[in-house]
Amino acid sequence: MSRKVPEEEYQKTVSCRLKRWLEGAEDPFAEGMEMGRQEPVTESPEAKERREEDEKQLRQRVYDLENNVEIRIFRRFYRVFSVGFCIFLVVMLLAAVSDLPVFGHPENPVNNQVAERYIENGLQETGAVNIVTGMILDYRAFDTLGESHVLFAAACTVLILLRTDKKKEQAEDEDNDRRYEPKNDVILQTVARVLVPPIFIFGIYIILAGHLGPGGGFSGGAVIGAGLILYLNAFGFARTEKFFTAKTFRRVSFCALACYSLAKSYSFYTGANHIESIVPLGTPGAILSSGLILLLNICVGVVVAGTMYTFYAMFRKGNY
Amino acid sequence: MNRRRTINKEEAVTVFTCILLGFLVVCAIAASLSRKLLNTVLIFMSYSLIMSIIWVLLESPDLAVTEAAVGAGVTTVLFFVTLKKINAIMKKESLEETDEQEGA
Repeated sequence: MSRKVPEEEYQKTVSCRLKRWLEGAEDPFAEGMEMGRQEPVTESPEAKERREEDEKQLRQRVYDLENNVEIRIFRRFYRVFSVGFCIFLVVMLLAAVSDLPVFGHPENPVNNQVAERYIENGLQETGAVNIVTGMILDYRAFDTLGESHVLFAAACTVLILLRTDKKKEQAEDEDNDRRYEPKNDVILQTVARVLVPPIFIFGIYIILAGHLGPGGGFSGGAVIGAGLILYLNAFGFARTEKFFTAKTFRRVSFCALACYSLAKSYSFYTGANHIESIVPLGTPGAILSSGLILLLNICVGVVVAGTMYTFYAMFRKGNY
Repeated sequence: MNRRRTINKEEAVTVFTCILLGFLVVCAIAASLSRKLLNTVLIFMSYSLIMSIIWVLLESPDLAVTEAAVGAGVTTVLFFVTLKKINAIMKKESLEETDEQEGA
């Protein structure tokens, strides 16, 4: 039978604090870890005068070129060394460039069996007319998965670093954000009204036709992200928050990444075990062809578009 | 006759590429020498734009689309926001206002 510990002692134990932390009642790191807003330094006029005088004298003594021999030697050496280093760098780079194989020559080491196989069997094995997309999202889909996760991790890091939670700081950031910004600019709004729909449609087209022509998830997502940024600039955060908030971004990105991972692990599993995949490759050139590539393109595009928008919103006012 | 025309086209493309590459070098030097940060960002943007045209000439439209969207679009916008955050972009009025405040 356990002895009941007095309430006060129990409050100090690690398990109690852990429990309270998990419940969200107490944050053990509050005020210990975060860096608070810096207060403006206040000093009396005399102290300021004395400090400035000291700094001036110090500067004069350090940059006294007549008497300070070290700085004269250093300056001369610095000039000679910087010019010499630049020349060295340029010569090295030019030598390296001249040592490279001729551009576009068929005998280059780039044109080995790997590239040959991609070009010869790419259409047959992946079903994508655009060989580049077939390579990125089929042969090397694992790399692309890593890239998407890197983007998501970068967006999360920006969220962690730049996000402001307190109401007062949010209001301050809002104020800072709007200081030099024209509200409801007519030219910008008219242009945005005309341009944003075509930009979105073009981005969606790039994503969906990634396996048929130039484009794919990354570029299409970037185009859509740029369109979102334009819309945000023209109509402000209040309008965009109706359909896109940080929560939406997290959920949508998570779903897209999970979808990508599941789809790709399925194809890795079937491929590694020589099981016939139930996803048909379809006729090359049709929109619903080339197996999973269309789905993967959509996933990548969603992640990239959300990341671009999040970067912009976070850089601008630390919250959306 | 037909053959001669194709040769001319190739030559034209080569000349065009050379001009673009020259622009690229000029942009790179101008971006590093420009005093105003805003001008640097704008030159950087034109660098990306020229680069995307060069990608098209090098027959990689995939990269061209990405370069135009990311290099010329999103990166530039992020640079602008950063410049605004560090107060490197100011309107003339606000500059005058600060001058007046300092004078007073």
